[in-house]
Order: sequence, then structure tokens, then C-alpha cells
Amino acid sequence: MRLSLKVWRQSNKEAAGGFEDYKLDNVSPDMSFLEMFDVLNEQLIEEGKEPVAFDHDCREGICGMCSMYINGRPHGPLRGVTTCQLHMRSFKDGDTIVVEPWRAQAFPVIKDLVVDRDAFDRVISAGGFISVNTGNAQDANSLPVPKEAADDAFAAAACIGCGACVAACKNASAMLFVSAKISQLALLPQGQAERSIRAEKMVAQMDAEGFGACTNTGACSAECPKEISLENIARMNREYIGAKFSSSAV
Amino acid sequence: MATSSRLDAKIPQGPLESKWSKYRSSVPLVNPANKRNLEIIVVGTGLAGASAAATLAELGYKVKAFCFQDSPRRAHSIAAQGGINAAKNYQNDGDSVYRLFYDTIKGGDYRAREANVHRLAEVSGNIIDQCVAAGVPFAREYGGLLSNRSFGGTQVQRTFYAAGQTGQQLLLGAYSGLQRQVGMGTVKMYNRHEMLDIVNIDGKCRGIIARNLITGELERHAGHAVLLCTGGYGNVFYLSTNAMGSNVTAAWKAHKRGAFFGNPCFTQIHPTCIPVSGEHQSKLTLMSESLRNDGRIWVPKKKDDNRPGNEIPEDERDYYLERRYPAFGNLVPRDIASRAAKERCDAGYGVGTSKLAVYLDFAAAVERYGRAEANKNNIHNASDADIITWGKAVVKEKYGNLFDMYKQITGEDPYEVPMRIYPAVHYTMGGLWVDYNLMTTVPGLYSLGEANFSDHGANRLGASALMQGLADGYFVIPYTIGAYLASEIRTGKISTDHEAFVKAEAEVKERIDTLLKIQGKTSPELFHRRLGKIMWEKCGMARNAEGLKEAIREIRQLRKDFWSDVKVMGTAGYFNPELDKANRVADFIELGELMCIDALDRNESCGGHFREEYQTEEGEALRDDENYMYVSAWEHKGVENWELHKEELIYDNIKIAQRSYK
Amino acid sequence: MSWFSQTLTSSIGKKLLMALTGLFLISFLVIHATINAMIFYNDGGETFSHWGHFMGTNPIIRTLEIGLVAGFIIHIADGLILWKNNREARPVKYAVNNASANSTWYSRSMGLLGTLLLIFLVIHTSHFWIPNRSNQFATGEELNLYQMMLDIFQNPVVVLIYVLGCVSLFWHLLHGFKSAFQSLGLNHVKYNGVISFIGTAFSIIVPILFALMPISIYLGWVK
Repeated sequence: MRLSLKVWRQSNKEAAGGFEDYKLDNVSPDMSFLEMFDVLNEQLIEEGKEPVAFDHDCREGICGMCSMYINGRPHGPLRGVTTCQLHMRSFKDGDTIVVEPWRAQAFPVIKDLVVDRDAFDRVISAGGFISVNTGNAQDANSLPVPKEAADDAFAAAACIGCGACVAACKNASAMLFVSAKISQLALLPQGQAERSIRAEKMVAQMDAEGFGACTNTGACSAECPKEISLENIARMNREYIGAKFSSSAV
Repeated sequence: MATSSRLDAKIPQGPLESKWSKYRSSVPLVNPANKRNLEIIVVGTGLAGASAAATLAELGYKVKAFCFQDSPRRAHSIAAQGGINAAKNYQNDGDSVYRLFYDTIKGGDYRAREANVHRLAEVSGNIIDQCVAAGVPFAREYGGLLSNRSFGGTQVQRTFYAAGQTGQQLLLGAYSGLQRQVGMGTVKMYNRHEMLDIVNIDGKCRGIIARNLITGELERHAGHAVLLCTGGYGNVFYLSTNAMGSNVTAAWKAHKRGAFFGNPCFTQIHPTCIPVSGEHQSKLTLMSESLRNDGRIWVPKKKDDNRPGNEIPEDERDYYLERRYPAFGNLVPRDIASRAAKERCDAGYGVGTSKLAVYLDFAAAVERYGRAEANKNNIHNASDADIITWGKAVVKEKYGNLFDMYKQITGEDPYEVPMRIYPAVHYTMGGLWVDYNLMTTVPGLYSLGEANFSDHGANRLGASALMQGLADGYFVIPYTIGAYLASEIRTGKISTDHEAFVKAEAEVKERIDTLLKIQGKTSPELFHRRLGKIMWEKCGMARNAEGLKEAIREIRQLRKDFWSDVKVMGTAGYFNPELDKANRVADFIELGELMCIDALDRNESCGGHFREEYQTEEGEALRDDENYMYVSAWEHKGVENWELHKEELIYDNIKIAQRSYK
Repeated sequence: MSWFSQTLTSSIGKKLLMALTGLFLISFLVIHATINAMIFYNDGGETFSHWGHFMGTNPIIRTLEIGLVAGFIIHIADGLILWKNNREARPVKYAVNNASANSTWYSRSMGLLGTLLLIFLVIHTSHFWIPNRSNQFATGEELNLYQMMLDIFQNPVVVLIYVLGCVSLFWHLLHGFKSAFQSLGLNHVKYNGVISFIGTAFSIIVPILFALMPISIYLGWVK
């Protein structure tokens, strides 16, 4: 396959960026999208140019590190697939592919296609946990969890924290990410003790990070590689509103 | 054989079952007021690192944690699929701490330390308790209690799981605990930082040199103890199921600063991976071992049979695992299944364009499940097409996500044509040598999880890696580190102005400058690929003395080529993944040499280490317990120079037997 | 900041306000459409004027009207604030954005549709509500709204503006109705279908009913 690429290049957070055009002549349809970038980078090195920086690690769709906005969509054209699992057979010979970084106030560009997603870690630090010190736990089977709740919690917990939801959302809202964690822990009996304070603190941190607000377009869920459901956002809304109006924290 | 005087495993006295409990009751404690003044550096934030960092912070220590990824949640523990073992005996099927201990020692082909493995089995239950309490959504039965499955050929159901994403759920559990401490300010987290050296002062490990990968700055961090939880080194083979960033650099720097490297040649090759599709391949993807519960593995009986798999008639197929191992069939342990696949492919029976693959076929399972559905619904005259439709639906429910992944990667529909699979490097049992306290041969320097050599001997059983990572981090190190730190309370704050820090930083800087200055013709990536090829061909699934000697020569040459011809783009002053990669590849090359030396030293076949010269007439591994029942601990003495120290393995509680799966 | 204002100024609180005021305005639309539909009796405005008089003079309704105005102001102001915040959340736009692959255009254009509706609202109130209420304040007398309608809707441009206003309303409601329930956290597998059905039906029926009024008058169906 022959491809034309338009790739966003930006040397650091402060610098102005722009698109560079590249041509690749020998792309195999069996390559993953990132392997196609490996080929591009080898080519750039041979030409004495600096390779394109992009985030990637596990390359099997689970670590959540890869993050490319491909032809106007996070993780490219397929549903439920991360960039690393996208293969070149999803493109046609002669295609032009435009690749940009995630764009959001809360995800500043570090270099080229690499963005800083520390905001997600800070949101988790604000309350995305159950406060149980090691050694405190009772026997695992002493607390039955209805299968339905366990399954729903698992579905929410499948989030890989890649940020595609933020990237896809016209408001750069992080509500799908945040709601997935709030939902997971709100659904489980273990999470009840901190249920209110968790929702309050995580939402406050999410807002402080500069993410936008949800307008229910559903783009996040449609683009989520793990297909996290919008139901979680509704649950977060309930949790947050309920917590704010009923908790004794003033 | 006697254990080298340089190695003291510090195994507590007394009967095996009470060693750990007695140890815990007698290990020196650190007063809470003193804990506040003791700093601990944790490198790596996978299961071992995240759980250790969080737990030590909960205890009151000051913790700094480092990871090279953009978030601790990305560590490669996240990719583990199958499950985590624990001797809970919830299924009432006769499991016990002893049985888990026994299975692990046996599965490791009698090359692991009894006391460590028994402790692992003892704390396995606590891990499940802790994870459930932290909100890990394990699979459950309708009654609300935890579900178990059998895994890796054990006879009991002791594996806890969360669909095919157990590693992800466990890591996110440990990560949330870590982030809680970060939020409280008890752990200072350093993302996108890579450890490039350790700093020893007066024979004790006192800190690290880390590089901020965003700015390129070198930083000095001091600590009273340093924990390396940096995972395995499977990427020395270039192609493996490891993440692209997984590397040996931290462990290797420690090794060069005095930490002995244990059993470097013990590598696990996982039998069910998606085969290589071409030269461009950057990594390999595992298909869960659970597929072998229903899939049948075969190759054509005829050499170079180019017909598509589904067109080859039944009587022209060789179900070689069922033929060779009638008792265990397709469920033999990983090392055996991998070698058998290689044997068939080497003999010319491989399938696919590369001929380096075998079929994993679900046709029989589809039919079996289809008929079961028909029976269940009382349909006695179902057509074959209906049966197949129903059968496919059942298979989809059980393995749908794996089938989808296969289709995504290969472009073939595994519901229609048999899957092609081939073994791939998956896990490294070897690692930094540690004593019972998980301390390396450098005082104050610890190693946890896959980064150490300790619990899996020569072969790891399925669902045991997650168990070991969390055992080390949650339940072992919090106790054992006290034994060392109790004597450190008078040390006071360690200054990073000490000349050892200055010197180490200067050495790191010099190495980076050298790498950038070479400006040769070959990218680090290509060197890595060349190293991988040597390793895979000569130190992979099967090894022999001749090949290993060649490999050592080739790797030495490769190292020289690297240091004269590598081309690293950019500079050190900013985000530069090429430089990071060059640094890692340079260490992999040195490690590769040691792995071959170790494999050459071990004149026996055991677990993942198969020396072609040492096999039975039927082609099975031939262990030599008389001469090789030891841990190889290698001391780095200089370029191309290592000294072997042996730790004798003593089995007081287990009867040693030949593994047989026939 | 008090917990209350903290709640309402949070991202979710702002959405809560949008949803609550939106649903309130939807309930207003029901009343408004029902009473205006009285013109279709085609009785020379008798029934319509009867109810119009009731709405214009009943003290309870007049009090609620203050709430209605407040509802509009909050919905509009909050919408504008959200629009601004959401824009700021992505200072650098994508060069290529294929948003239609993951969401409907109207769900992404609530701000635009809302602005069109605001413009329409200004025109619409300056036609009827403002002159009528000003006159009431000044003279205590109501204007003959029915006659005003007959006069104003003789102008084809006005009719077109009203029809376009109704089209904007249709798209705005098509997303807004369902969205309000989601924002309030009312998402349940058993009821989502019903909410969606009612939402879609409402967004079609109400704007058509409204649009038929100027059209019918212009075409002389209603005299």
C-alpha cells in the first residue's frame, strides 16, 4: 500500500505546532497502525530527521497509552478498537491519513502526538479508590456481591483511561472516564462507605482540571475502545446530585 | 555442591509451615515516629511496585515512586488475562496452602526455593481479600460469592478472575490504592521518569539517578532503601508479549552495581500466541491459555500442505498433543506445548505463509456445544447447520473477545477457519537474585515481582505471576523491609550532594552523551531486532551448546557494532523516545550475553530451559538434579566477565519427581 | 462558596439546571401549544380568547409567569456559560474532525439551535407578549391577540421566520428532551425506550402544531 500522511508535529508544550506531510510506499495491510508509524520513523531516521513521538506501550489494546486522533476520530475508524489494534487493512491504497494528538485544555501536548494525561491520575487521587489499608480486609467471601452488580461494576471498570472520551467530546469532557470509576465503586458494597464523598471530590477535581461539561452527545461512548456505557454518566449525575443534597459535608 | 559463601538466603529456621509466621513475629519493627524519617524509593508501578508503594506509605514511610509510562496505571501487569491463584479452597475441592506450594514447586521443575514459595502460598488468600476489599470486580456466581476456574493444568479450581482482564482489574486496584496515597501526599509520584542508575554509598544502596523523560533532566533521588519492581526482560527477544517499553535497564544497572542476577536463562515461552505476520511485526499478542480448554491443536499429516485448514479432512490431521500426551492432551503445561509446536514446525509441518504456526481448532467444540444445546432444548432432528449455529453462539459467549481480537489482528475469521498460533516469549522466571527478605546482594536494594528470580523456578504456572507480584508488594516487603530499616533509623537524611551521587550522575550523563555522539548508521530499533533474532534462534525454545557459543560471539560483536554504529536522533534535552530506546537496547545486548552464558552453563533441560543435548528418547526434558539443583547467581565483574555463584536448592518438604504428562 | 452554589456551579450542577429549566420550559410548551391550538376551532377566536384572557389575568398564572421568565433567563444564561466553558476546554481545535461518525449534528449544536430560538423568541415576544403586557401595565386592558395574529401572519416573511423557529425547536427538543433525563440521572434500561419515544413524539408534534398556526392563518384556513 502507498499512503500519504499528515502528521501533527510540535516540539514541546509551548511551541506552535503544524502538520508535516509524509509519503510511505511499502505499507503492508497486516501492519498495525503503530507499526506503520514505526516504518515512518525508520524512514525519518534514515533521512536524518527526527522521528515522530507518539505514546504506546502494550500494543494489545489494554494499557490505554496509545492516543492518536486519526482522520477526525480518536483511535481511528473502527468501533471498540484502540489505535494499536487498528490494522492497515482498514485503509485503502492511496489514502491520505491525518493524525493529530488528543486536543483538550486538560491534556497539553508534550511533543508531537504525545499528550499529558496526568489530570486523570489526579481525578483518581481525589477519590477513585476504596480506603482500605493493606491487611484490613475481611475474608473475600464474607461480603456477597450480587452477580448483576459485579458484572456492571466490571463493565465500568473495563475503562483503560486512554482519554478517547475526552478527545471525542466536543466539550473535551471527562465525564465518561470519571463516571466509570464512580460507577464501579458505587455499584459494589465495598464502595458504599465513601460513596458520597467520592462523587463530590472526583467531580470537583474533574472540574478543576478544566474538562468541559457533558452535553450528552454520546460521542465518548461511541468512540470508547472499551465501549463504556453512557449509563455511567447518568449514574454519576445521580450520585453527585444525591451526595450534594444529602451528605452532611457542607 | 554447597552454596557460595557470597549468597545468604536468610531463610528462617524451623519447620516450613511456621517459618513465615515466626519470622513476622520476630522481625525488628520500626517505630512510627522513625518511619516518617525513612525514605523508600520504589521503581516501577506494576502490581508489585504499586502495591508496595501504597502499603509502605500506609505504614508511614516516606515513599517516592517512579514509572517510565505516563501513568502508573499503564504498567504491563495490566495485560495479564487469565487470573490469579489463591489457596482459598472456596470450591471445597481439596486445595490447601501445601497443595499450591507443591504445584508451584513442581511446575517450576524443582528450581525454586521452598521457603519463598511456601510463603507465597500462605499469603495468596490474603491477596484475594485485599483486592476484593479494594473494589476489584472479580467474577462471581449467582449467589454473590467469588467464582473460580481451573487453570494451567492444576487439578483444583483456585484461579480467581475478572473475565479475560484480571491483570487490568488487579492493577487498577493497586493503582487506586497508590493514587490514594499520592493524594494524601505520602507517596510522591514521578511519571515519565526512567531510572538509569542506582547509587551505593559505603556498600549500601542509597538512591537512584533518574531521567525526567519530558525534559531530559537527570535527577538524584536519595532513599534509605530502593525497591526495583521493574518487571521482566522478555523484550531481549525483541518480539515478545511484553509491552514495547518493558525493559531490563533498572535491573541491569543494579546488576552492574553489585546485585547478582539469578537464573537469567529461565524464560517462559507461551504456546498460544498469534503468529508473526511479517518483518514489520513489533510485538506478539497472547491468546489466553483458556482457549486450550476447548480448542484442539493440530498440523497436517502431510508436509507443506497448503490447503486452507478447514479443507483438510479429519484423517489427514495430526493432533500431535493428543497423540504424544494422551493423559493431558491439549492441556499440557506451557513449556511442553510450546516445544511440541516447535518440533512439528521444525519438521516441516507448520501452517500459514510463514510455516511457523499450528492450528488451534474449535470445529469440534462448536459441534459438541451445538449438540448439547440441541439436547438441552429437546430438539432431536436438528440440521447440521443449526447445530453449528448454536455451537458458534456458545463459543462466542465463552471466548468472543479473544476471537474478535484474533480477527482484528489477522483479518481471518476464527469461527470459520481454525486459528493459527505459535509460541512466543511471555515471562522471565529469572531476575535479580534476592534472599528471603527480597533483598538483592546489595544491602538496601530490593527486588519484587517479575524483576526478581525467586518463586517460579524454571517454569511459571498460569495465574501465578499476579499472585507473586501482589504477594511481594502487599504482604512480604512491608514486613521484611523492617529487618533492614530498623538499623537505619540513625542514618538521618541522605544528601544527594554526596560524591557517589555526583559520580553516578556524571556516568549516566557520559553514557547518554556517548550514545548521541556516535551518529552511526543504524537505529536502536534495528539493533534490537538483530539481538532478538540471535536470542530467539539460539537461546529460545530450544538451545544447544554449539548455538549458545555462537550466540555469545555474535552478541559480543553486536555490542561492539552498537557502540560504534548506533544512530540516535535528537538531543538529551527534551522528550526523546529514541534515546530512551537506545539506552534500553544497550542493556538488553549485555543481558543477552549473560543469558546465553547461563544457558550454556546449565547442562540439563528443565522447565523453560530446554537443551537439545539433554532430552529423553521421546524428546522430553531431562533434568539433572544431581549437578544442577541450584540457583545460578551471576556476579558482574566487568565487560564480558561474570562469576557464577551457586545457591543450592534443598527440598525437605517435597519429594522430587520427574514431571510426566503422558 | 456555600454547598448550594458550589453544587450549581459545578459542571454537573450546570447540567442539572439546564435539565430542570429545560423540562420546565417543555411543560410551558405544552400549555402554550394547547391554548394556542384553540384557534383551530376556527370560531373567530372565541375559545382562544377565552383562555387567553384566563392566562393573562389569573393571578396564579401571572405569578407562574415570573417563574417562566426566570426559567428562560436561567436556561439561556446557563447555556451560554456552558457553551463558553466548553469552548475553553478545547482551545486548539482539530484540523480534521469527523464528529458525525460518533454523534448527531443536532446534539452537538444545542448552542446554535438555542441561539436561533433566542432570536426567534425576541421576535415572537415583540410581536405578542411584550405589546400585550405593556398595554396591560399601561391601561389595564388586554390587546386582542387573535386579531394581532391574523394581522401579523399575513406577512409571508414572518410566517417563514415562525416556521424556521419551529424547525429549530424540533431539533432542540429532539436532543434536549432525552438529554434532560440523562442529566438528571434518569437512565434505566426499562424506561429509556419510553423516554426516547415520548421525546421524539413530543419534538415532532409540538413544533408541527406551532408551525401550523401561522401557516393556517396565512393560507386562510383559520380566519
